[in-house]
Amino acid sequence: MTPLLSASGLSKTFVLHLREGARLPVVAHAAFEVFAGECVALGGPSGAGKSSLLKMVYGNYRTDAGAIRVRDGAETVDVATAEPRRLLRLRATTIGYVSQFLRVIPRVGARDVVAEPLVVDGAAPDEARERAGALLARLNLPERLWSLPPATFSGGEQQRVNIARGLIAHRPLLLMDEPTASLDAANRAVVVELIEEKKRAGVGILGIFHDAEVREAVCDRVIDVTAFQAAA
Amino acid sequence: MNAMVTGSEAEMPEIGYNFAYLDEQTKRMIRRAILKAIAIPGYQVPFAAREMPMPYGWGTGGVQVTAAVLGPDDVLKVIDQGADDTTNAVAIRGFFEKTARVATTTRTGEASVIQTRHRIPEQKLSEDQILVYQVPIPEPLRFLEPRETETRELHALAEYGLMHVKLYEDIARHGHIATTYAYPVEVAGRYVMDPSPIPKFDNPKMDDCPALQLFGAGREKRIYAIPPYTRVVSLDFEDHPFEVQHFAKPCAMCGARGVYLDEVILDDRGGRMFVCSDTDHCETRQAEGHHGEMWGGMLAEDAR
Amino acid sequence: MTTTSEKPLLVAEGLGKMYGTRLGCRDVSFSLYPGEVLAVVGESGSGKSTLLGLLSTELAASSGRVLYRMRDGTLTDLATLGPAERRLLMRTDWGLVRQNPADGLRMAVSAGGNVGERLMAVGWRHYGNIREEALDWLGRVEIAADRIDDDPRAFSGGMRQRLQIARNLVTRPRLVFMDEPTGGLDVSVQARLLDLIRSLVAELGLAVIIVTHDLAVARLLSHRTLVMRQGRVIETGLTDQVLDDPREPYTQLLVSSVLAA
Repeated sequence: MTPLLSASGLSKTFVLHLREGARLPVVAHAAFEVFAGECVALGGPSGAGKSSLLKMVYGNYRTDAGAIRVRDGAETVDVATAEPRRLLRLRATTIGYVSQFLRVIPRVGARDVVAEPLVVDGAAPDEARERAGALLARLNLPERLWSLPPATFSGGEQQRVNIARGLIAHRPLLLMDEPTASLDAANRAVVVELIEEKKRAGVGILGIFHDAEVREAVCDRVIDVTAFQAAA
Repeated sequence: MNAMVTGSEAEMPEIGYNFAYLDEQTKRMIRRAILKAIAIPGYQVPFAAREMPMPYGWGTGGVQVTAAVLGPDDVLKVIDQGADDTTNAVAIRGFFEKTARVATTTRTGEASVIQTRHRIPEQKLSEDQILVYQVPIPEPLRFLEPRETETRELHALAEYGLMHVKLYEDIARHGHIATTYAYPVEVAGRYVMDPSPIPKFDNPKMDDCPALQLFGAGREKRIYAIPPYTRVVSLDFEDHPFEVQHFAKPCAMCGARGVYLDEVILDDRGGRMFVCSDTDHCETRQAEGHHGEMWGGMLAEDAR
Repeated sequence: MTTTSEKPLLVAEGLGKMYGTRLGCRDVSFSLYPGEVLAVVGESGSGKSTLLGLLSTELAASSGRVLYRMRDGTLTDLATLGPAERRLLMRTDWGLVRQNPADGLRMAVSAGGNVGERLMAVGWRHYGNIREEALDWLGRVEIAADRIDDDPRAFSGGMRQRLQIARNLVTRPRLVFMDEPTGGLDVSVQARLLDLIRSLVAELGLAVIIVTHDLAVARLLSHRTLVMRQGRVIETGLTDQVLDDPREPYTQLLVSSVLAA
């Protein structure tokens, strides 16, 4: 069985030109794999480079060396070297990303924010909105908020909109950056359920889960990021 | 001029003026511009317009074109708003009587060259006639595009969408195309042209006209032309087709229908009548025995 | 994505412009694909407006060339087009949204006439149809139908800009150039306009080249970003990549100079 995601020899160093070119090593020679239907946690203390690794896999951060091979149907795409256009297509079809914070789009209501990935996939707008509403209901977001832009929502409310947006469409590979950080116990339980459903659907998940309870509930194994620490 | 040439001196040969005022070189230059204008119907040909002994707005462009085409055997008619007896018409007629000693007439049928401001005679013109228009603003696109460099390019590329924007604005604001004079036309399927401020009533007369039509703009230094028997189409929309003005009543003096009428105020109690704008046409009809409803009344008025 | 979208819509090759001895921009090369939104960011004098002028053929290049895929599928060097072809392209297949709407609108012509002009320029001659289409587009840019006969002098800045967008999109162009379209507008008005542009671009599958100094505009609208400085492209990439992981010293400075709201 070939992995969904196979990273090898990954290295990344930030060069801070505004601070006299200070070099901030993030990871060196990182290598890991994610298979369909499993949930893999990136583990290690804060500052170990977990978030940066996740962003490198998404193509949000650039990779200095190494390869990040992602299976896209019959093709394999190296995120580290792919053309921007190819990367956008990969994100549209294969890699989903639930970031830590919702990037608010002005004037767009919460339900439409959630429905958008489905619409991009070609779903009828009505159907997309209906499914978005159902998911928001499951995440206990009061219906009176659905039509409002999430800019004024609380952190927990925004996070639930964000999770719904990240999970609503099917993407074979999901990246999750602390999806339950600002949620209460009830909503954490819903997210755990949703992740289990994704796994049963064959989705491979790579994530950062600080909450030990959630991590133990959903993760099949943990990759220790400190092993990739570069010699500073 | 009247101060210079008076009384019996008028009978003497004009010393100091070349035939028709302009020197031969200038006339040749203008004729070349006219020939080019005829070769490219509706296209505005620049020419080196001269200072004339009359102010701009009094027909300096038309006068120069007339001077360039006039020969000693021509018979000249000059009209202003259809009338032969307005100041402008009388002055220009007098100008050519003195400088070219050509015969003049008020009869449309007798004239070989007709210089006009704001009208086309009602009587159908013939192949051996030339109609010379006085033009204040030759550029039909100026209303929406003041840059001359741009309008020239628009003409060159036959990009005339702007003309329809103007007509669109008319309909949007008035419910119909409210442009009633200087109504733009497309000449020979190519150039869009300003026909000078003639009423749109006269536009159809330009189409397939046997006479040569020349347009002179003195201040703007442009000449353009419609050769005989040329297709001239007034711009319009499919659902708002071009229409000429209709008058409810015939001419109060000669009873003519289907002619352009001027409103004449008779008193300060709202009394008014509509009479032919083309004075020659009206007088000819009256002489032929055609009478309108006010005909007798006016005679009685005149008799007093 | 279909196979046609694999072919670039516009290709810039080694594009440069000198104003006498002063550098406008230099050696700019990139490809733009159908439906792609490209942001060109940089501060005043970085050459981004010069680049937009070269791409839209408003300026003549000193070096290099711009190729465009015409509707018949051929990739054509824009410098070889005659003025008639070039203008036809500009009023049908392209749009140009200027920073100051007064430069892109006919201020003395009604909103309906402004939107209808391109239609009339390509031969529409039915008043009722032109008006219907204009109404449809005014609706799409959120201008009330009863403003159709008002001229833009009576409009607010945001409305004028939305009218300018409608005027450009009415012929269904495939490529739209935007020069600081939200510049000079209040923040709340900007947000509304950006959202409108975002949804229209997605709905119509427009390719857009947008010049802006506002990184938030680039982030919200664009897929890819070119960072310009002193007439050169110093960094390119996916917009989120360039903004979240800037590499060049100047880009890092730009990104770090943004005030967080």
